[in-house]
Amino acid sequence: MSYVSHNGAELRKILETIGIASPDEVFASIPEALRYGSPLAVGGPEDEESLRRDLAFHPSRVTFTGGGIHRHYIPAVVDAIASRQEFSTAYTPYQPEISQGTLQAAFEYQSMMAGLTGMEISNASMYDGATALAEAALMALRGKGIERIAVTRSTQPTYRSVLATYLAHTGQDGIREIPFDPKTGRVDLRALEESVSPDTALFVQSPNYFGVIEPMEQIAEIASHKAGFWGVVITEALSLGVLTPPGAFGPDVVLGEAQSFGNPANAGGPLLGFLCTRKEHARRMPGRVAGLSKDSEGRQAFCLTLSTREQHIRREKATSNICTNQGLCALRAAVYLSAMGPRGLREAALQCAAGARYLMGLLGDRGIRPIFSGPVFNEFVIPMDEGKRAGLEKNGIVPGIPITGWYPEIGRAVLTTVTEMNTQEECRCLADNV
Amino acid sequence: MSGGQRVTRFPEIPEPLLNVRSAPGRNRRMIPAPFDASVVEGLPEAGGPPSLPDVSEVDTVRHFTRLSRLNYGIDHGMYPLGSCTMKYNPKIAEEIAARLARIHPADAPAMGQVLKCLKTLEQMLQEICGMDACSLWPAAGAHGELTGMMVIRKAFDIRGEKRRTVLIPDTAHGTNPASCTIAGFVTKNIPSGPEGYLEASALGQHLNEDVAALMITNPNTLGIFEREIRAIADLLHANGSYLYMDGANLNAVMGVARPGDMGVDCMHVNLHKTFGTPHGGGGPGSGPVLVKKELARFLPAPFIVRDESGGFVLRARPSEESIGMVHSCLGNVSVCIKALTYILSLGPSGLREAATVACLNALYLKSRLKDLFDLPYATPTLHEFVLSDARQKGRGVTTMDMAKALMDFGFHPPTVYFPLVVAGALMIEPTETEPLEELDRFIAAMEEIAETSREDPEKLHESPRAAPISRVDEVWAARNLILTWSDERIQPGEKGI
Amino acid sequence: MEIPKELYYTQDHEWGSVEDGMMRVGITDYAQHELGDIVFVEFPEVGTVIAKGDPIGTVESVKAVSEVYAPVDGEIVEINEALADTPELVNQDCYGSAWMVVLKISDPSQVDTLMDAQAYRAYVEAEAK
Repeated sequence: MSYVSHNGAELRKILETIGIASPDEVFASIPEALRYGSPLAVGGPEDEESLRRDLAFHPSRVTFTGGGIHRHYIPAVVDAIASRQEFSTAYTPYQPEISQGTLQAAFEYQSMMAGLTGMEISNASMYDGATALAEAALMALRGKGIERIAVTRSTQPTYRSVLATYLAHTGQDGIREIPFDPKTGRVDLRALEESVSPDTALFVQSPNYFGVIEPMEQIAEIASHKAGFWGVVITEALSLGVLTPPGAFGPDVVLGEAQSFGNPANAGGPLLGFLCTRKEHARRMPGRVAGLSKDSEGRQAFCLTLSTREQHIRREKATSNICTNQGLCALRAAVYLSAMGPRGLREAALQCAAGARYLMGLLGDRGIRPIFSGPVFNEFVIPMDEGKRAGLEKNGIVPGIPITGWYPEIGRAVLTTVTEMNTQEECRCLADNV
Repeated sequence: MSGGQRVTRFPEIPEPLLNVRSAPGRNRRMIPAPFDASVVEGLPEAGGPPSLPDVSEVDTVRHFTRLSRLNYGIDHGMYPLGSCTMKYNPKIAEEIAARLARIHPADAPAMGQVLKCLKTLEQMLQEICGMDACSLWPAAGAHGELTGMMVIRKAFDIRGEKRRTVLIPDTAHGTNPASCTIAGFVTKNIPSGPEGYLEASALGQHLNEDVAALMITNPNTLGIFEREIRAIADLLHANGSYLYMDGANLNAVMGVARPGDMGVDCMHVNLHKTFGTPHGGGGPGSGPVLVKKELARFLPAPFIVRDESGGFVLRARPSEESIGMVHSCLGNVSVCIKALTYILSLGPSGLREAATVACLNALYLKSRLKDLFDLPYATPTLHEFVLSDARQKGRGVTTMDMAKALMDFGFHPPTVYFPLVVAGALMIEPTETEPLEELDRFIAAMEEIAETSREDPEKLHESPRAAPISRVDEVWAARNLILTWSDERIQPGEKGI
Repeated sequence: MEIPKELYYTQDHEWGSVEDGMMRVGITDYAQHELGDIVFVEFPEVGTVIAKGDPIGTVESVKAVSEVYAPVDGEIVEINEALADTPELVNQDCYGSAWMVVLKISDPSQVDTLMDAQAYRAYVEAEAK
């Protein structure tokens, strides 16, 4: 199918106006030797019904997967609003006079994220939680006296991998990894104390990759006194519906993944990175930001601001190279948070936590105990061999994410996640088949 | 101006901030409750509900619907942002991509089909670009650029070569130098030639043993094809350097000429530009990176490979030579599936037709506008062209005035003040999906603006007058820096500020 | 364009006034006009020792960023704190209340290498062409 709308007569008018005889003459400035002679071998063209037939995807029947990407209830209004072409087909709001919808929604997203994390400001979005961590580390390294990065080993492994990729060329001496207590799954506080110093930026994920909630008060005590900069990483944003806002512990940044807010799992993406910080760091913060302003008649208006940090002005000295980010995903989060409200978000978070405890109970009755004893939000690690996992998957039950590859020290295990999308029946189905 | 057409009607300006509508107990949503959550042990709770507005479903819908009406989208009309390729976004692609919603990336049985589609897209992009390998994980163009430059960096690191300079022509996007810096390079600007393209003969003086790469955009941001690109590539290769291409403008040559055949070693494409996926008011985009065989082993992990049974799986752990991961999962998968749908929908002939008509539409506009506005480069152009305000400036009318005036005719303005090599640039890219009537309407608007700038220039300073709001005070925003509704400087009440 | 007679000037459009071995530094009328509405200024800490040509501050408008360079070698002994809250002073009173830093001059002979008002006017007029 073609989305070009010229008919023969219109095409002739265009050719005549330009003053060429055939359409291919538009390419006259491309040297002959560089032209591609044959048609592209790409398949198609296909009609819409064939596309519908050929491109079908079906999830497994029962899944207990999370690990930074979560399946949650999404109110119908989220799709209804996000699919409005005014939001979905617009470009980055460079022209504020005809982009107030995008800009005000971004300002509201920033406001709600700052409120939920307990921080003063937020940017308008990042690609995902992993790049948000990498950007936060680069932000920290731009600060005075910060020379190294420390991160807990129980921080999502893919985040640490992306962090390593981004930091490979900054010239700082590697990333220090802080071990976890093999019994509780919580950070080893003594190791933490030894690892941080005023030239260190520390990042701690809580709830951590094992689902375990970290002892934030003790961590904050150490970090705020000894680290030059510290941040809290959140990969399950719904935990903000019930847990103490991380900002209460006084970090410099709170960042991570907000896909849980109204964005589906989407087979892995798009996701929604977020980054919240304190006002004092505003000029070091990466990414786009919407600010309040007024128009020439004094009416409330919004525009992108702090642009001088950005690549199109500061070029090689920019705080980040980020340009296009995840605007529509942030809009979805704003609509979701508006639709859920304070009570709804808290209830959904409590359902996740209750569901995890319900499944843990069922598994416990069958002698399967979590590997770590620390308190969890809605995820936990259980031992499971490959054969068992593969067998379950064949029967349409995905029991969790195998994590042995990232953590060989804990043996064969899966990270199991429960959300309000699972049912008691699904939990029983898993427990009965393990 | 004889009263510009309204973009749309605006019942209420300003729309109050969402928190202004909040009152305790308004939100009556029923949350799925499969579990008994009356007692949840071991949770260090905040002690109260989170800080969010309490509004009803109707409040939510009306608020965001009203906000949407203050926006301009591609389904409204022409969106001629140069180098952004704002073409129509096919609805079928949205419908197909929505089918991914409930699939979790760790749902291995379900992911087989997704990975098969992603592999197919990789192969299609390789064919379209004439490259040997592809990674779909970068989430945007600048992310792809960064990934590509890290790949190049890795290639030198593995060989033990310490090359640090990247040459960037003065027509480049701002992301180019910023990406290079993060990848650990130092950038050096080089001027393009008098005809608006880089001349191979002028490159030699910049080449030395520290030059890692040249980053080029082809066609460049003036819409001009870099006709000496093959010779430039040869010079770079002889110097042991790589040629990187920013694929932002691939739409102009899709199916006609392939970067790989031009000597490009590494490049990124923007699925949200060339392959018709919506831009979402600033993302999600997708910026796959493509390389020649020599660089393939450095691409970011994970890799899509076939398993014993012939299905597609991910090789998850970074191989030793890979630069590592660049995204926590698989990039913007659903954007990739939209691009796949787009390519399959158009097919080989449709892709080439898209490039051809994109150029025809741009040349049609240029033919009709070049006598009214300054055309700084006479060199032939492809899918976009750059005008300037040189003829209007004498009467005090700037590019900004003309851009804002276009809003009063119901258009999104072109890219303005870029590229930097043209003072007061207006960079116009209509794309192939604009009907002739829309092109003619744009020409008529530009003619009227040119006439007004001669006869009543003052009038243009007041534009836009038919947009939802008048010109926004960006200076006020930057001086006050009010970034959330909790800022104490926002006064209570409907008016906001 | 205002170019006070009694000041010294650099090619980067800073002005300096010398008194008791100290140089008060700001940006010129030409510079503030070229930048447009100033929204933010930032300086290094008092006590920073810098060489001629090193940045002693950053000035931002909405669409541009510009460094302010030291006209001579010296130590920063005072910065204009008022500009943090009222950056618009740079546009309103660039030679007066919007001075930026005071340097303790290490090498007085460098002062003679700077332009006087007449030379600076000629320089700006040439640059404008």
